[in-house]
Amino acid sequence: MNTAAGADAYLERVPLVLRDAIVQWFPAPTQWLVHHLITVGVILAVFGTFFAFTTIAERKLLGRLQNRLGPNRAGLPWWQKGPKLWGLTQPFADAVKALTKEDIVPAAADKLLHFLAPVLVVTFSLLTFAVLPFGRNLIPVDLDAALLYFFAAGSATELAIFMAGWASRNKYSLLAAMRALAQVISYELPLLLSVVPVVLIAGTLSTREIVVAQGFWTFGALPHWFVFTPWGAAGFVLFLVSALAESNRSPFDLPEAESELIAGHLTEYSGFKYALFFMAEYFGLTALSGLGVTLFLGGWQAPCAFLQFIPSYLWFMGKLIGMIVFFIWVRGTLLRLRIDQLTRLAWQFMVPLALVNIGNAAFWALTAGWTGPLQFVRWGVSIAIVVLPFVLIGRRLNAGRAPRTYQYAAS
Amino acid sequence: MSVSDLSSFTPASGPTVRAVKDPFHGDLLEVSMGPQHPSTHGVFRMVVTLDGEIVVKLKPVFGYLHRNHEKIAENTSYLGSMPYTDRLDYLCSMSTNWAYALAVEKLSGQAVPDRAQYLRVILAELTRLVNHSCLVGFLFNDLGTSFTPLLYAFREREKILDLFESLSGSRMMCNFQRFGGCRVDPSPEWLAAASQLVNNFPRFLDEYEMMLTGNEIMLARTQGIGVLDAKKAVNAGLTGPVLRASGYNYDIRKVDGYGFYPRFDFRVPLGAHGDTYDRYMMRVLEMRESVKILQQAFRDLPAGPVMDPKAKIRGFRPKPGEAYGRIESPKGELGFYLISDGSPNPYRYRVRPPSLINLTLLEEMCLGHTIADSVVILGSIDIVLGEVDR
Repeated sequence: MNTAAGADAYLERVPLVLRDAIVQWFPAPTQWLVHHLITVGVILAVFGTFFAFTTIAERKLLGRLQNRLGPNRAGLPWWQKGPKLWGLTQPFADAVKALTKEDIVPAAADKLLHFLAPVLVVTFSLLTFAVLPFGRNLIPVDLDAALLYFFAAGSATELAIFMAGWASRNKYSLLAAMRALAQVISYELPLLLSVVPVVLIAGTLSTREIVVAQGFWTFGALPHWFVFTPWGAAGFVLFLVSALAESNRSPFDLPEAESELIAGHLTEYSGFKYALFFMAEYFGLTALSGLGVTLFLGGWQAPCAFLQFIPSYLWFMGKLIGMIVFFIWVRGTLLRLRIDQLTRLAWQFMVPLALVNIGNAAFWALTAGWTGPLQFVRWGVSIAIVVLPFVLIGRRLNAGRAPRTYQYAAS
Repeated sequence: MSVSDLSSFTPASGPTVRAVKDPFHGDLLEVSMGPQHPSTHGVFRMVVTLDGEIVVKLKPVFGYLHRNHEKIAENTSYLGSMPYTDRLDYLCSMSTNWAYALAVEKLSGQAVPDRAQYLRVILAELTRLVNHSCLVGFLFNDLGTSFTPLLYAFREREKILDLFESLSGSRMMCNFQRFGGCRVDPSPEWLAAASQLVNNFPRFLDEYEMMLTGNEIMLARTQGIGVLDAKKAVNAGLTGPVLRASGYNYDIRKVDGYGFYPRFDFRVPLGAHGDTYDRYMMRVLEMRESVKILQQAFRDLPAGPVMDPKAKIRGFRPKPGEAYGRIESPKGELGFYLISDGSPNPYRYRVRPPSLINLTLLEEMCLGHTIADSVVILGSIDIVLGEVDR
């Protein structure tokens, strides 16, 4: 591992240098507080802005997928005649709109919970950012049990969604709340199980050490990211599908199924409370993408050894953006599952595959010493362990359904 | 009541969660879907009683778009209600016009020139393409895509609507057919553009089907959902693709042979299962057949007038009598029943709307399925509220 050279690079240390420069202006007893407040502030600022531009990216990309342009009107207010900046200021116009809209609380709603739900959902989704290693030295809290913390904080958002659905006292919201609970119970399990192989191989729950464990290259160009192993690839796919479900994204956007439940748990929310839910959804998506990058895509590691001169946090952000673009693409492509199909997919397909994949990772760990031709046997067996159950269970899941051929009337 | 009063006001009914007691189902939930709902295709309302997510009772409620169409037509001259027929099925004004013109021509014994007959077939089949491409797009929207297939379908629809606009002056409210022919003769350029569009249409269908028809989620969401028995469908008077999806061969283009349809070579696709997937596929296959009809029509289109020179426009008073003109509209049997008492207005004017009659079995199809499926089933029936409520 030749990280020593990279770690010393100036750009790599810039955020830390800046933070320390600010902290030393404060009296010693308060320095720890300032230290953490800066971290929190930076996360809020960076990912708040990131959220804003994710929304515009999503609308633009969906527009392109759908033969339209997407928002391209919003420019700078004092720049009437100039270029419209490709509509890039749209999110700020949206924010102003959300802030100035009337906040409507239904007469029959539970006022306290109705108010609390959007606050909690944002809080919980922000908490998950604490353990993500954004760069070589940039990890807000380096917990030993970071993964456990992440899932604990992440799954709490669904409680807030249930709260919103229940407190609105609207039938659509109630149905959405029930769906949200069914969904989180179903998908928390495959999400966790898909991550277990990584823990098994890396031998740690700490996100920082998991990234460090992926920091090797074969011939300096083939990265040893976990996604490039059979169990890692399978785990990554399982993780992606579960992450889609966890963050209520299409095709698993059942709690806010527009065509059935109008807006689900968001039906009775307007103005800034709605914007908070929206924000929380994207924060959740970003956090899960960040976790996916951390666990499977090498975190902040560069893909090739000679590319290490680019700061690690830029690699992380690049991979994060790639993941989010993938999620947007999926949203523009797929249709929604039904709630029973959603839970069936989780329990009959994802959970068994995730369990098999844990065994696969165990096999991989046991055969770590195999070299030479045995290396090929190791890969073959491992791929077979993944592919065979996938084909067999998948075939059973789709049994009896196929495109049909049709007859025409005789006359 | 002031705003401060409202804060402590708990309505007896309305947005509260009201459980309906039923000894066999435990607690049921009654949800009033519509008339303002994104997926009821207009101002349609379904009062759905849910057991969990399963529909145990469904009551369709319509009439929110009632505009007194039939009574207005009885107080207007025959030609005067032609523009109103545009607003019945606002996606298919060309074929709705034809159905009305057909009834009046039967009533008055009016002949139609050959070129107009061909033109009517061309416009009616283009309308079928418009309607069915809309339907398959909206169906996928109901299935939960975020507008992508819909906008792909709308891309093709807009091309046809552009043709309609250049021919009749309006994209959707065409008001094009007249008693004894059509309003204007299309230019050769129009015909060339339309012919080219039709020749390119199968490419769109292939693309659409390649991306969506075999999709696993699509199959899982539609196959075996909303199964409709052919016998029940016939008893309820269902027509159109919904009936043919259940396997019953009844296409008025073949049965009546109105217009010049007997001159065209086309097939009628039949479903075998009567589920939502079959209803979707009927539309796709009918679009392919429509393309065949259109290609033959552009090939054989004769020269000549588009309007019978002897057709009477002013002082049009059919002899006393009655007539029923019906066509295979994209949604089913669209009929106009007219009674004349010799005055300039019809004595009785009645529309047989396929959308309304196809809706009658909605509960039958939805029972036992989830609320998500009921939305998709409604989408697969293909209703236009302008026609349901009139």
